Amino acid sequence: MHNYTIAELVKGLQSKKFSSVELTQHFLSRISQFNDQYNAVITVTADQALQAAHLADQRLAAGSAPPLCGVPLLHKDIFCTKGVRTSCGSKMLDNFIPPYNATVVENFEQAGVVMLGKTNMDEFAMGSSNETSFYGPVKNPWATDCVPGGSSGGSAAAVAGRLAPGATATDTGGSIRQPAALCGISGLKPTYGRVSRWGMIAFASSLDQAGPMARTAEDCALLLNCMASFDDKDSTCVDCEIPDYSASLNKSVKGLRIGVPKEYFSEGLHSGTEAAVRTALADLEAQGAELVEISLPNSNLSVPAYYVIAPAEASANLSRFDGVKYGYRCENPKDLQDMYCRTRSEGFGEEVQRRILIGTYCLSAGYYDAYYGKAQQVRQLIEQDFVEAFAKVDLILGPTCPSPAFKFGSKGDDPVAMYLEDIYTIATNLAGLPGMSVPCGMVEGKPVGLQIIGNYFDEARMLNVAHQFQQVTDWHTQMPKGIS
Amino acid sequence: MIIERHEIEKLATLSRISIDEKTITDVTERLSSVLDLVDQLQTANTDSVQGISRPFQVSQRLRADDITESNHRDEFQAIAPATDNGLFIVPKMID
Repeated sequence: MHNYTIAELVKGLQSKKFSSVELTQHFLSRISQFNDQYNAVITVTADQALQAAHLADQRLAAGSAPPLCGVPLLHKDIFCTKGVRTSCGSKMLDNFIPPYNATVVENFEQAGVVMLGKTNMDEFAMGSSNETSFYGPVKNPWATDCVPGGSSGGSAAAVAGRLAPGATATDTGGSIRQPAALCGISGLKPTYGRVSRWGMIAFASSLDQAGPMARTAEDCALLLNCMASFDDKDSTCVDCEIPDYSASLNKSVKGLRIGVPKEYFSEGLHSGTEAAVRTALADLEAQGAELVEISLPNSNLSVPAYYVIAPAEASANLSRFDGVKYGYRCENPKDLQDMYCRTRSEGFGEEVQRRILIGTYCLSAGYYDAYYGKAQQVRQLIEQDFVEAFAKVDLILGPTCPSPAFKFGSKGDDPVAMYLEDIYTIATNLAGLPGMSVPCGMVEGKPVGLQIIGNYFDEARMLNVAHQFQQVTDWHTQMPKGIS
Repeated sequence: MIIERHEIEKLATLSRISIDEKTITDVTERLSSVLDLVDQLQTANTDSVQGISRPFQVSQRLRADDITESNHRDEFQAIAPATDNGLFIVPKMID
């Protein structure tokens, strides 16, 4: 059952080939058997899952169940789950049990989706390797000595390792697309404002966006149908029509204009990754798409702009963790200042502290204009590059990451080397555009991701192209060694 | 860009983060390397460019000033580090 896609599981549940309880038991058993190899799941909600599966079976039997009813899923541990620990991968929230559900979690619960548990992640979603989690690193199912990417590495490894057919994730600078690429699965970051951020622990509020991870584009469409909703509780959620993302998957790509940014194929791109991406582009050209070379001239400034804007927002967002109302508090504080300082130094890991310090620096008197003001102007330039590109093309395609999964510790001492992992993904977050990664090849036995960037709210077209690509290729069906 | 030790100490105070003597050199070096990266921004010509704080000029909605939430004090206090009689307890500030 673990090799079925979500679309196949939906059919199986609706035709009574298997029940939701059987399916849930199967995946819980896989988590119990294999999670030690990957460290992808940090909380298992077995009793709650079986209870939800029973209810889903009743709804399915009554014949009025929503499409995803009975399908098991994992949630990234950044989404608040009522009564279930939500740690955000941090010691700071190791004891935090939210009294409410995030809107994304609520949408899935209303649809009868069964939560199997919560996935590991980089602490407060700050990282590209999952090495910053308080609960230890996640291992890549394709090569357990390599990182799965981050910050949604637990979700990606769980889907790749067949511990769940799909998972929720979030993306602030590439945290859905980069781990999806490194783990050989499909993942989509929607347009900023498409999915509610309510109940999703904030890292950088003008960049964060939630999205689905699954093995296929077709499955991502099914999950996005449930995740996307207008939510009054998120003041940045955009109230515009939400299409049925499954409806246009089978459209032909003939005549589609695909922009290929020359800056995404320059120095620093692994030759094997480049070859795989160029072959994928040729596959789409063979299906009738037209390739158009484009330029995104300010893309080299996306990483520097991001590492001002994201830490600046993080330093403000994370000021709420003070040991007063919830989360970790240090032992025996001698006064209030001591409580604040020790709570935050003991509760936050090194990378989170570094980003808070950078953010505070960039926002402090004397530096605000030179850093934060300048980064906001560069953000405008980057957004404008995309606006001009989308006047000429329908989609933009290129690599998701510069190279395949790297070994643990190989970038540990150099934060900048790690930050450059997201060189091709960050610009879309700054512009608020949707981006997706689908598997498109293998290098040294490890997966390569093809990135698909769409215009605002054009997720349906991205999913259509990804699905059509997966009709003529089999990269998305390949499995890590040891899984049968 | 080299960031000075006294600047790190000031940042730590502003951020309410304690940095111990053993790690302050490492923290300073790593922060300097990140600031070298962000200094590349200065190469961009941004004359007459209006900065943006969120994507595609999306504006935040305002809502009517109505009470929409019921009282969840007990639920929230149940997850607090220290409470007493409906209050959040912190170390004594005034002797």
